[in-house]
Amino acid sequence: MKHRTFFWFIFPSALAMILFIALPVVSVFIQSLHVEHEQVLRTVENCGPFGCEEETIVDREATRELREAQPLGRFAGFSNYTDRNHLATEEIRSMWERSDSFADFTRRAMTLPFWRAMAFTLTFTFVVTPLVLILGLAIALGVNSLPRIFRGPTIFVSLLPMIVTPLIGSLVLYWMVDSRGVLGSFLQTIANDPELSLRASPTLTWIMLIVYGVWSSAPFAFIVFYAGLQTVPEEPLEAAMIDGANRWQRVRYVVIPHLMPLAIFITLMQLMDNFRVFEPIVGFQAQASATSLSYNIFNYLRGDAAQFGAAATTSMLTIFGVVVLLTPVLIRTWRDFNRKRH
Amino acid sequence: MAATQRRSPLLVTVSTGLVLLWIVVASFPFLWTLWGSFKVQADFFSLADWRNALRGTFTIAQTGSNFTGQGYHGAWVQEEFWRTTLNTFIVVFSVVVISLTFGTLGGYALARSGFRYTFWLLMIALVFRAMPHITLVSGYLLPFFQWNVWGHLPTAIIVLVAINQPFTLWMLHSFFLNIPKDLDESAMVDGCTRFQAFRHVIVPVMWPGVITTGLFSFLLAYNDFAVTAMLLSQQNQTMIPKIASFLGSTQVEGNVMFAVAAVVSATAPLFVLILFFQRQIVSGLTAGAVKG
Repeated sequence: MKHRTFFWFIFPSALAMILFIALPVVSVFIQSLHVEHEQVLRTVENCGPFGCEEETIVDREATRELREAQPLGRFAGFSNYTDRNHLATEEIRSMWERSDSFADFTRRAMTLPFWRAMAFTLTFTFVVTPLVLILGLAIALGVNSLPRIFRGPTIFVSLLPMIVTPLIGSLVLYWMVDSRGVLGSFLQTIANDPELSLRASPTLTWIMLIVYGVWSSAPFAFIVFYAGLQTVPEEPLEAAMIDGANRWQRVRYVVIPHLMPLAIFITLMQLMDNFRVFEPIVGFQAQASATSLSYNIFNYLRGDAAQFGAAATTSMLTIFGVVVLLTPVLIRTWRDFNRKRH
Repeated sequence: MAATQRRSPLLVTVSTGLVLLWIVVASFPFLWTLWGSFKVQADFFSLADWRNALRGTFTIAQTGSNFTGQGYHGAWVQEEFWRTTLNTFIVVFSVVVISLTFGTLGGYALARSGFRYTFWLLMIALVFRAMPHITLVSGYLLPFFQWNVWGHLPTAIIVLVAINQPFTLWMLHSFFLNIPKDLDESAMVDGCTRFQAFRHVIVPVMWPGVITTGLFSFLLAYNDFAVTAMLLSQQNQTMIPKIASFLGSTQVEGNVMFAVAAVVSATAPLFVLILFFQRQIVSGLTAGAVKG
């Protein structure tokens, strides 16, 4: 295809991506270098019967004008990145010096909004992803050994948690585990503790969010693995049986190697999707115990006093995280591509 | 697999049990919410005994019958959920149509051009695909306020189209790779331009792939919360942000049931979607994996 033709074919799509993905990233970067204007202060002299005193008041008119003239705020360089709400370099250093143990340091660092969100986002990503792979494979193997007529309905039911809107999915679960919901009261009975509430405990909230993550993503792994199982070659399996391999050994040495490329694909997709975990925190109203990077950005932007600078800084750090996460994949694809060319 | 003919009964029990357990885990929350949406709040969120939700003690006491449509009435009539449904329909329909139009052209070009830059475009698209949507939203808000385009449906539509492009390009790219090159090239030998070849030879055979991609574009637009919640004004709200706004007022008796009814209403189209397009969804999920 000629360069010219290619250009016109790709043009609408590329234009949309440049205007609404690439340029916003630039805009986010510029915003991250600015902070909101401080309120304009003015000293006025109040003279009363007992003499004059000076008073500092907020000049609302001037503040409003300044904010309208320069909506970006004032230039702050990289100070947004190092402030308490983001990397918090100062605070981390002093916490490190003052803490007497690592556990103590972690506990203190968890009061910093960015690191708190980072801790949950990474835990969520790296706990949910392997669990999804394992559960998905287990279900796929189970369904594959079912009689054929049951397979369709099973897939139908399995698709629901994955396809449903994340906010809706998390609400549906949340209403059940709520202390007044069916599972919530069931757990209270088991634990014999009428005060037990999943929301009150940070650990249980994290577990609940992870359970949601696995519940909503396992079908994806299941479907992909199930499709892969349909293409497992017969000969190696039969050869393995003749050699006396039991079922587990056949799965371990024939089926799993065959599914390896699929597992890598699922891992890639899951890392990308889990890293942006956001809706479940809104749905479970879990912000008191768990926040993610995406949730922090949402929180900065919400309300009348939106902090664009802070939101933009968190966004830049999140994008940086995504790039770090993707680097191994990109390098691998680059090598594959070069190998194919030469 | 013919190799799985001889199996121990224990293994059969375990694997069947696992699948059964999964079916319950996957479907029970939805069935329970559907059931509960016809009850009053005191039953569905029972302080005293969860079995009230089954027996409907308070529902009978308050409304006189075992099932009530109060939640639905409150959500659809009182809170005007139908308005948001209409907005959702407009947004989703436009997003699917526009992103498929852009995506088929782009995906076709990527599949047919052998130059090195196609690889880089796909890699950039992969990075764009991985970026959390909310990070982009923080870049839109200030410019959109300044240009006075914030809050309107077309703004949200074009933003969702753009966010959707990386995925659409990847999917349709791998799909077009599977359509033999000879088809359009022979048309070009016969004197068609590239676009005519695309229009008359490729378009008639591309529908299975386009429908599959369209389903996923539909899901992206329908399920979106981050973009529509931040970019649409109150009167242009779509379904999902509206449901989230019901949550803010759950303390008031009855309001949480509006949310429950709205959730069930918003799940229904997805249920129908799976019912009719299960095969396409499954093939779409695996398309990326099998073809790399």
